[in-house]
Amino acid sequence: MTEQIPTDHTEQLPPGLQLEKVDDRIMTLNVGPQHPGSGHMRIIVKIDGDYIVDADPDPGYVHRGEEKMAEVRNYLLNIPHLERPVIHDSCNILYPYVLGVEDIVGIEVPERAKYVRVIAAELNRCVYIQYWLAIYGIFLGHSTMFMWPAGDRELMIDLLEKMTGARVTHSYFIPGGVRNDIPANFEDVCLRQVNYFEKRIKEYADIFYDNPILKARTEDTGVLSSQDAIRLGTTGSVLRASGIDYDVRVKEPYDVYEELDVHTNVLKDGDSYARSKIPWLDMFESCNIIRQALEKMPKSGSVRTKLRPNPKGVGNNEVYKRVESGRGAAGMHIISNGKPEPYRVKISPGSFRNLIALPYLLKGEKLGNMPAVYWSLNYWPVEADR
Amino acid sequence: MSSTDSQTNTSKEDNKESSPKPAAEKPAPPKPAAEKPAPPKPEEALPAFEKELTDRIVNQFADDVEVGYVKENRTRINVKKEKILDVAKFIKDQTPFDHAESVSGVDFPEDKEIEVVYHLGSYTDNRYSKQILALSTRAPREEIPNPGNDSTKLPSLRDVFYSVEFHERECFEMFGVYFDGHPDNRRLLLPEDWADIPPLRKDFRNKGR
Repeated sequence: MTEQIPTDHTEQLPPGLQLEKVDDRIMTLNVGPQHPGSGHMRIIVKIDGDYIVDADPDPGYVHRGEEKMAEVRNYLLNIPHLERPVIHDSCNILYPYVLGVEDIVGIEVPERAKYVRVIAAELNRCVYIQYWLAIYGIFLGHSTMFMWPAGDRELMIDLLEKMTGARVTHSYFIPGGVRNDIPANFEDVCLRQVNYFEKRIKEYADIFYDNPILKARTEDTGVLSSQDAIRLGTTGSVLRASGIDYDVRVKEPYDVYEELDVHTNVLKDGDSYARSKIPWLDMFESCNIIRQALEKMPKSGSVRTKLRPNPKGVGNNEVYKRVESGRGAAGMHIISNGKPEPYRVKISPGSFRNLIALPYLLKGEKLGNMPAVYWSLNYWPVEADR
Repeated sequence: MSSTDSQTNTSKEDNKESSPKPAAEKPAPPKPAAEKPAPPKPEEALPAFEKELTDRIVNQFADDVEVGYVKENRTRINVKKEKILDVAKFIKDQTPFDHAESVSGVDFPEDKEIEVVYHLGSYTDNRYSKQILALSTRAPREEIPNPGNDSTKLPSLRDVFYSVEFHERECFEMFGVYFDGHPDNRRLLLPEDWADIPPLRKDFRNKGR
């Protein structure tokens, strides 16, 4: 246990890099990285009997160096790989990058394209939340809750496939608009499917959210107070489940969110139950937004401003853009030095920001509550690792 | 309908681009306000808000800080590394900024420096909920990095903004910036047996490129 971590270039390891010795009474348990209950991540928990004394998240098993890759590809070639961190929410994770590049290369977006983007982003949010919800169901041993969202998710995937041509990795948003226009009869189909989708997800209340077994397992576990939610810098559903009314779509509207009526769902409890309920409520909100956007969208017009080939940034410029993704605010810090490639792209996704709450929430919990707390953080390991 | 919309958009864009410079000549352009009173007004009011915010920090710290930019909803303060802790404490206590959204390291091999940019946001104050304050500082950069044991060190802001904990750990492994006073200066994403230079430095080459 006291063995040092091997590194070639350091003779003396800095304080904190050595592995620490633990008490005899306390057992160290590795959850993951291959465990189905952790995703692509390891959680090193120290347990005293059945209670967690300390938890140390160890992400990085799916680190792909997206930020490094972005530095050697030009602004357009970056699009397909920057959406890879979270393919179920690929429109939303790409959104801040596209907004930032539009600022950097100085290009305007047609009005219709903004509405198309909002519709695609909201559909994608539903796809992500359904997938997340399905896994939350299976984590808690509720296999029907795995089947239903996984099936209903197809409605939204089908719509996105009609829009973009691809089921999950769309590469649909580009600087200056979207890649292609939506098909002619899309609006009717979309409205019909969204209405049906809303009817379906209403039924989740009966089977999942009003289920006494689920409530017994998630209520009052992993409680995060509103002060701590702010102090830890959490975002998205974790923040809103702790009673803080903050949604980037409302507070700093981008594209046409300003013209749409967006309602923020806030719950006060701050426990795993509230955190699991917020994304479900968000799906109803997404349906509302899609209906509004379909109504207000210009019926014809361009969806794309042509970009110069190999566009360059205008001088030394830097932007920090953020959007509300399925997991919270996703920020991108893009620095340009006038070359066709960005000088630096920093992605600050919601998952990475919420990870800090995990050791905090797990301390003092029973080990059996770990999956309920962990997945309620709306955490996507691949996105956090980038 | 659509043509008027696109026109208002262009005027917005123009204002955005010119907003950092003419903070002094702000009362000058009442012309667009005469044509369309509703949209340009908040655009003009906002840079004043951000200007006032940076002025408060500059007044307090005089020569130790300089204003990087003042844009709509985005401001940037560059601080000497000796003063970063004081400025962060001032921001935490005297302004509503309460959490860090992101901490980016940026490598500048020509300047022999590594920059660390803290993007701070506010959840508690509604007027500041749009604002992002970028607080940046620079650490010296050495040709042959030896993370933790060379001069590339900065004071950690973890005691001021608790939310930077994992962000600073990431910055340590990716750029070799050691954060003095950070309680947990371990690697986060990289494997434990990583034996190359910090990978986000500019002299680390992607394989095959």
